[in-house]
Amino acid sequence: MHEEWKTLFDPSSPKQVPLVRKFFDGWKVTIGLIVFLGISILPFLFDLGKAAPPPPEPKIDTPEIQKMVEKKCIEPKSFMKTEHMVMLDDWRDWYVREGRSIYTATDGKQYNISLSNTCMKCHSNKKKFCDECHNYAAVTPYCWDCHIEPKEEG
Amino acid sequence: MGISRREFLKIAGASAIVGLGGISAIEILHPGQFEASQVSRGPKALVGKRWAMVIDMKKLDKQTMQKCIDACHRIHNVPDIEKPKEEIKWIWKETFEHAFPGQEHEYMGEDIKHLPLLVLCNQCDNPACVRVCPTKATYKREDGIVMMDMHRCIGCRFCMAACPFGARSFNWRDPRPFIKEENKEYPTRMKGVVEKCTFCYERLAVGLQPACVEESKGAIIFGDLEDPDSEVSKILHSKYTIRRKSELGTRPSVYYIV
Amino acid sequence: MLETALKGSRTYWSWVIFLLAVIGVGFISYIYQFRVGLGITGMSRDVSWGLYIGQFTFLVGVAASAVTIVLPYYLHNYKKYGRIAVLGEFVAVASVTMCMLFIFVDLGQPLRVLNVLLHPTPRSVMFFDMVVLSGYLLLNILCGWYVLGAERKGVPPAAWIKPFIILAICWAPSIHIVTAFLYQGLPGRHYWLTAIMAAKFLSSAFAAGPSLLIVISLILRRFTRFDPGWEAIQTMAKTSLYFLIVTLAFYGFELFTAFYSNIPGHMHSFKYLFTGIHGYTKLVPVMWICTALAAVALPILIIPQARRNETALGFAAVATFLCLWLEKGISLVVGGFIPNPFERVFEYWPTIPETLITLGVWGIGFFILTILYKVAVSVKEEAIFDKYGERQVRV
Repeated sequence: MHEEWKTLFDPSSPKQVPLVRKFFDGWKVTIGLIVFLGISILPFLFDLGKAAPPPPEPKIDTPEIQKMVEKKCIEPKSFMKTEHMVMLDDWRDWYVREGRSIYTATDGKQYNISLSNTCMKCHSNKKKFCDECHNYAAVTPYCWDCHIEPKEEG
Repeated sequence: MGISRREFLKIAGASAIVGLGGISAIEILHPGQFEASQVSRGPKALVGKRWAMVIDMKKLDKQTMQKCIDACHRIHNVPDIEKPKEEIKWIWKETFEHAFPGQEHEYMGEDIKHLPLLVLCNQCDNPACVRVCPTKATYKREDGIVMMDMHRCIGCRFCMAACPFGARSFNWRDPRPFIKEENKEYPTRMKGVVEKCTFCYERLAVGLQPACVEESKGAIIFGDLEDPDSEVSKILHSKYTIRRKSELGTRPSVYYIV
Repeated sequence: MLETALKGSRTYWSWVIFLLAVIGVGFISYIYQFRVGLGITGMSRDVSWGLYIGQFTFLVGVAASAVTIVLPYYLHNYKKYGRIAVLGEFVAVASVTMCMLFIFVDLGQPLRVLNVLLHPTPRSVMFFDMVVLSGYLLLNILCGWYVLGAERKGVPPAAWIKPFIILAICWAPSIHIVTAFLYQGLPGRHYWLTAIMAAKFLSSAFAAGPSLLIVISLILRRFTRFDPGWEAIQTMAKTSLYFLIVTLAFYGFELFTAFYSNIPGHMHSFKYLFTGIHGYTKLVPVMWICTALAAVALPILIIPQARRNETALGFAAVATFLCLWLEKGISLVVGGFIPNPFERVFEYWPTIPETLITLGVWGIGFFILTILYKVAVSVKEEAIFDKYGERQVRV
């Protein structure tokens, strides 16, 4: 340990060095630290006193889904919930890069690989289905910069 | 949780290495999720080894050409931008002297010099654009189509410098306001990516001919060059056809009968 | 060492604040471009690269030109360059940083830039360029900073740095050759499709780089107590001169090939640049100013009496730098796109926001250069030299 620090922490030492005096430009450093700290906790300060945002409730009650006899997605709901982004990522590579356009689901049913023409045909409520969770999780996928979202009321 | 620390580190380490190769950690955490499923071509998909096109200019009049252009641009949500600087086009009219520079001469009649031709991406067999792309966003498919992966394009425009046919367009700004009527079945593009004709890969996948071929009333013939019995092969065998700038060695797949 | 950049004169701080202001304006303009798209520039479907890629190309050359200082010093033990070797390396650091920024601001989808690493594509020259540029940046930061640190402590640099210095020397030409390959391997762009491109890139770089260092050295002589050494400046002037002559000769070879062969495609761009075609003449003044600057710089650098005159030399150095900047930074890129593949002419001229972004990136480069030079000069001001001005001796 450095000599000065040793004396600082040793109460029996005859020459205690006051810590603050050894700080060159101490006040400048302190102001700098406060500013830095302030900026880094800014996001938390903004949210102070606000209630936590309500958990997302994605809706699957579109007319298209209501009409279905068996209301299920192409893969189990739990899987879709956590893995849909991976699946879409694979889909786009299979379709665009490999030219394979048919997806055979685990249950053997076949689907066209298409975000707009397969997924969104049932989930025609992008605002209540996609955006609800994406906004909550603060993710902004750029799907809709190109893929045309279904027309919605409101 | 079912994962021990050791296991987690193994997965994290493996995914860090494999992740670079394009396999995500999730695929390792859930092995077999996607293996159980399958992807395949559509039952009606047109399959070829090297798609090509013969454009018979003798059979194409101006109205039909315009119909081909309109159909293509409507189906693919190609924006109609008037500023020539920011124009986006997949298939368009170009006069003979400009489509085949160096082939014209001063004694040629005005009607031949200014004869409009349809030009589009040549879907080269040896594409310079694919060679230069730093991300493989543009690449050649097994069936010869030079594709664009709009998800991956970083917009460096190296491919535009490399293409000797001026076939590529860049989205200098958001194209959506310039699309009159959106085709919901096909995506638009976003600003900052390069686009071009893709030989209607999405139509081939469901067994349809490219849109311009369908509109051309038989003046544009589409088929597989590797299949000796295809109509394109037969025409190329028996008739005199030319290609744009064949001396550059990019081996265009679009042939012209002028 | 970095703390020395925090203490400076009024002039120093005014310069720093001026640069920060330029950077700020450039940054605001970039935000505008980021939101709207590259449509705010003068680039088009036909001239799809412009000022940004031109600056990138030119600055790769400036970065590579550090080798004209570092090589004689380290490999031939040319001691006159002892005081300025690090200045050359720091120019390289600032230039490579600018190069990377110019590529970045030129991208249509800048947030996807890491796709280049995610999907490495060795067949693409762009991929290679990124690899060699990053490597060169790291090498120069390492060598420059370390050697300067040793100088400050008054000890000779340790032996382990030597291989890195030699590697950097070999690496320097490679970055510019690869940059030339971006252009000279493209089919159908006749102005670029020439094997001499890489050689011309190197020669024009080795003329522009030293001329920039001459200007900087003259400024340092005037404003600081550090003297880069008159002899060193004179040697740089000779380097710049010979490479300027070589560059002009190479350009002449190109003209000969194009016009004696008389192949239309090979003549088009030259005609567009020097006389204009079909009444399109936007770049004609640029090319003739460029020619005039070369005509002014050349005799000053050739005639010994003129070269030894500080004012005349400064003037010639600025002229050389500007001349090569106009040639490589503007006309080379734009000229290659005109006429377009349909032999139609669509002209290019940068817009105001595009120019502001360009100035902003230059501002960042000069900011980095200023900080690094402040450190270097502060270290060097403490040192005095022996009577030959060669070896540095501690006070």
